[in-house]
Amino acid sequence: MDNDILRRRRRELITGVIVLAALAMLPLPIADVYTRNLLIITLLYAGLAQAWNILGGYCGQISLGHAIYFGVGCYVSTLLYVRLGIPVAFGLFAAGAVCGALALLVGWPCFRLSGHYYAVATVVVGEIGYLLFLNWDFVGAATGIYVPFKGESWLALQFRTQKLPYHYAMLAFVAATWIAAWVIEGSRWGFSWRAVRDDAVAARSLGVRVFASKMAAAAISGFFTGVGGALFAQYVGYIDPDSVLAGTFSILIALPAVLGGVGTLWGPLIGAVVLIPVSELSRSYLGGSGRGVDLMIYGGLIVLVALARPQGLVSLLGLRRRAHENAA
Amino acid sequence: MLAAILQAVPLQILLSGLLMGLVYALVAAGLSLIFGLMDVVNFAHGELMMLAMYATFVLWQASGLDPVLLMPVVACVMFGLGMLLYRGLVARALSVQFNRGMVQIFVTFGLAIFLRGAAQFAFGGEFRSITHGWLTDRSVHWGGVFLPLPQLAAGLVCLLAFSGLLAVGRTEFGRALEATREDREAVALLGIDRDRIFALGWGLGIGAVGVAGVMLATFYYVGPNVGANFAVIAYVTVALGGFGSVAGALVAGLLIGEVEAITAAIVEPSLKQVGVFAIYLVVLMLRPRGLFGKI
Amino acid sequence: MKTLLEVDNLRKSFGGVAANDGISFNVAEGEILGLIGPNGAGKTSLFNAISGEIPPDSGEVRLLGERVSGRGPALCAARGIARTFQVVRSFDSMTVLENVMVGAFARTARPRAAMQAAQETLEFCGLAARADRPAWSLSPPEKRRLEVARALATRPRLLLLDEMLTGLTPTEAQGGVQLVRDVQARGVTIIMVEHVMEVVLPLVSRAVVLNLGRVLTIGAPAEIVKNPEVIKAYLGDRYAAA
Repeated sequence: MDNDILRRRRRELITGVIVLAALAMLPLPIADVYTRNLLIITLLYAGLAQAWNILGGYCGQISLGHAIYFGVGCYVSTLLYVRLGIPVAFGLFAAGAVCGALALLVGWPCFRLSGHYYAVATVVVGEIGYLLFLNWDFVGAATGIYVPFKGESWLALQFRTQKLPYHYAMLAFVAATWIAAWVIEGSRWGFSWRAVRDDAVAARSLGVRVFASKMAAAAISGFFTGVGGALFAQYVGYIDPDSVLAGTFSILIALPAVLGGVGTLWGPLIGAVVLIPVSELSRSYLGGSGRGVDLMIYGGLIVLVALARPQGLVSLLGLRRRAHENAA
Repeated sequence: MLAAILQAVPLQILLSGLLMGLVYALVAAGLSLIFGLMDVVNFAHGELMMLAMYATFVLWQASGLDPVLLMPVVACVMFGLGMLLYRGLVARALSVQFNRGMVQIFVTFGLAIFLRGAAQFAFGGEFRSITHGWLTDRSVHWGGVFLPLPQLAAGLVCLLAFSGLLAVGRTEFGRALEATREDREAVALLGIDRDRIFALGWGLGIGAVGVAGVMLATFYYVGPNVGANFAVIAYVTVALGGFGSVAGALVAGLLIGEVEAITAAIVEPSLKQVGVFAIYLVVLMLRPRGLFGKI
Repeated sequence: MKTLLEVDNLRKSFGGVAANDGISFNVAEGEILGLIGPNGAGKTSLFNAISGEIPPDSGEVRLLGERVSGRGPALCAARGIARTFQVVRSFDSMTVLENVMVGAFARTARPRAAMQAAQETLEFCGLAARADRPAWSLSPPEKRRLEVARALATRPRLLLLDEMLTGLTPTEAQGGVQLVRDVQARGVTIIMVEHVMEVVLPLVSRAVVLNLGRVLTIGAPAEIVKNPEVIKAYLGDRYAAA
C-alpha cells in the first residue's frame, strides 16, 4: 500500500539504527578521558530530553519540574544499592517505576491546570522536592550520599577507570527513549497526545480522553527520567539535592528538546549534541575562574536558537516530519 | 479570629511578614502585568531584579548617595531596559509562527542565564551588600514590636509603587492597556499602536521590579543567584493571585509573606517555602485560576 | 420515523444569564435539522450540551433513549455524536491525513486501519489531494472540510455542524451544501447551526428557531419563513418595518 506515513516511519527506524550504531562506534577511537566524559554527558542529556519530550513535546504539557523525577530516580536506585545492596541493573527499574508513579501523583492535581498555571505548578512541585530532600536526614539531607565502590561490575555499573561501559549504558538509555518515542509516534496514544497538544477541545470532541492522555504521557516521561537519574548517580558516584534536584536542572533537561525541536524524534538528540558540548567546553575553558562567561555564551545561544529556529535545529536538517517541509 | 491569630502569632511576626509580602507583591505585580497584557511569562524577572540590586550597589558605591535617593534613577533605567527588551527580544519571540509558547519561555530563560553569567563576570560569585546608608542598622521600636527600618521603608515604598501602578490603570494609558488586553484586533482598529502599548507595559513591569530591587538591596545581600530565589516566589504569587491580575498579586503577595513568616516562626525556618508552596497548591486545587483569575 | 436524539427541557446559565432556558425538541434519524436564531440565542451553548463539552444545569439529552448529557465529550463521541466548531480547530502541527486519523482512532486502535479509514473519509470529502499537507496550510473552506472529515472519521450517527457555511463565497458554499447532502446520504443525521437563513432553509427538513435561550418555534422551512414572530425576532425590525 502506497502511503507516506508508513514509508516515512520505516525510513526513520532505519536512520535510527544507523545513528545508534554510529554512536556505539564513536568512543572507540577516542582514548581521551575528557572527551569520553563529554560524550557520556551528552548522551545522558539526549535521553533525558527525549523523556521530557514525550510529555512536553508530544503531549504539549510544558513541565518545568522534571528535576524531581531525575533526582528521585537518583535517590531510589542509590538508596537501594547502599542500604539493600541491590545493583543498579535492577534498581533502575525501581527508580523508573517510582518516578512514573510520582508523575501520576503530580499529574493528578496539576493536569487540572492549564497553560502557564500548569508550568508554574510544576516549578513549585520541583522546588518542594528539592526542599524536602534538603531537610530529610534519611536521604543524607544537604550532605547527600556517596555511592560506595564495591568492585568492578556490569550489574552495579561500577568501573574504576573505564569510561566505555558508562557510554554503552547511556547509549542504551538513549536507544530506549528513542524507540519509545518512535513507537508512540505511530500509535493511537501518539495521535491522541499530539491532538491534545494542538487543541484539547477538538481532541475531546473526537473521543480523545484528554486527562488520561496527559497522565499516560507523564508516567512514561517520569519513568525514563527516573531511569536516567539512576544511571547518572552510578556514573558520578555522589548525589546531593543541589546537584540532582535544583530547579535550574529542570530547565536543563527540557532545553535540548526545545532547541532541537519539540515533539520530534530527532530534536532532543540534536539539541543535546549541539548544546551540551558548547556548555561543557565553555565551562572548562572559560568558566574555570568563575567569571560567568560560559553562562553568558550558553544563555546567548539559547536566545539565538530559540529566536532563529523556533521549530528547533531539526528544521535545519530537513529531518522534521514532512508536514513542515511541505509548508508551501 | 484576629484575636486568635494574634494570640498564636506575635504581632512582630505578622508585621515582618506583611513588609516582606509587600516586596513580593511588587515583584509579582510586574510579572502579572506583562502576562495579562500579552500572555508572556517573563522567566528573567528575578534576574532583572538582581540587575536592579547590582545597579543600586554600584551607584551607591560610586556616588556615596543613599540607595533611597538612587531609587528613581534605577527605576527609570529599568523602565527603559524593559522597553528595550520588549523591542529587541520579546516582540521577536511573539512573531514566530510555531511553538510561540515555548519560544517565549526559553528566550526569557536564556536571557536569565545570560544575565546571571554577566553578573558573575562583572562582580564575581561572592555576595555584596550595602553597608551604610540612612536606613542601615536602624530600627523602630513600637509597643514591644521591633522593626528594622530598611524593611519598613521597603514595605512602604513598595506599597506606594503599587498604588502608582494601580493609579496608572485609571489614566488614559491604563485604559489603552486594558483595551489591548481585552481585544487585540479591535485595538488595532482604534488606531492604538499595540507594539507601543506592549513596550510600555514591559517598561512598567520591569520598572516595578526595579523599585523592588532597590529597596531589597538596602537589607538583602546581592549575588548572581539572588534573582532565582525571588523568581520562584514571584511565579507562585502570580499564579496564586491569578495571572494578569495586579490586585491579585497584592493579595497573594501579602498572603505569601505572612505564610512564610508564620511557617518560619512556628515550624522551621528552612521549611518556610514549603509552607508557601503547600498553601499555593491547596488554593489552586480550589481555584485553578488563582484567587482573582478570570475563568 | 425513529427518534435519534431527544433534547429534554435543557437549561444552562452562565453567570446568571440563561443561555438555554428549557429547550426541548427531537431529531429523527436521517434528517437534517436546522438550528437558527440571532446572535446570543444560545445555539452554540446548545451544541456544547449535546456534544458533552459543557454539562447542562438541568434537563437531559438522550441519544437512542440513553442519557448522554453531563457524561463528557468522550462518551458522546463513543456513542456517535461528532461536531465541528464555529471557529475552526484543526491540529495544525499534523498533516491533513493525521488530523483525520485522530478521529478514526475513535473506532480502532490499529494505526493501519485508522489510516485506511482516514484516507477513505478524505476521499469522500474531496480532500484526498491534500492528505500529506500540513493542516495549517489549508485554505479556510478546506479547513472546514477537514473538520467535517475528522468528525466523519469517528463514524457518527449524529453530526453537529456549527456555522459550516458561514463566511464562504457562494461557490464554496455550494460545495459545502453538496457535502452536507452527501453526508446525509450516508445515513448520518445532521444538526446544522447557521446564521444565514437563506443558506440553511433549502437544506433542512425542519428548523428549530431559538431566541433569547428559548425555542421560538419548530417547523418546516415553509412555515418558519411565514411565522411573524420569527420574522420579528430573527430578521429584526428592518424587515418588520418594511
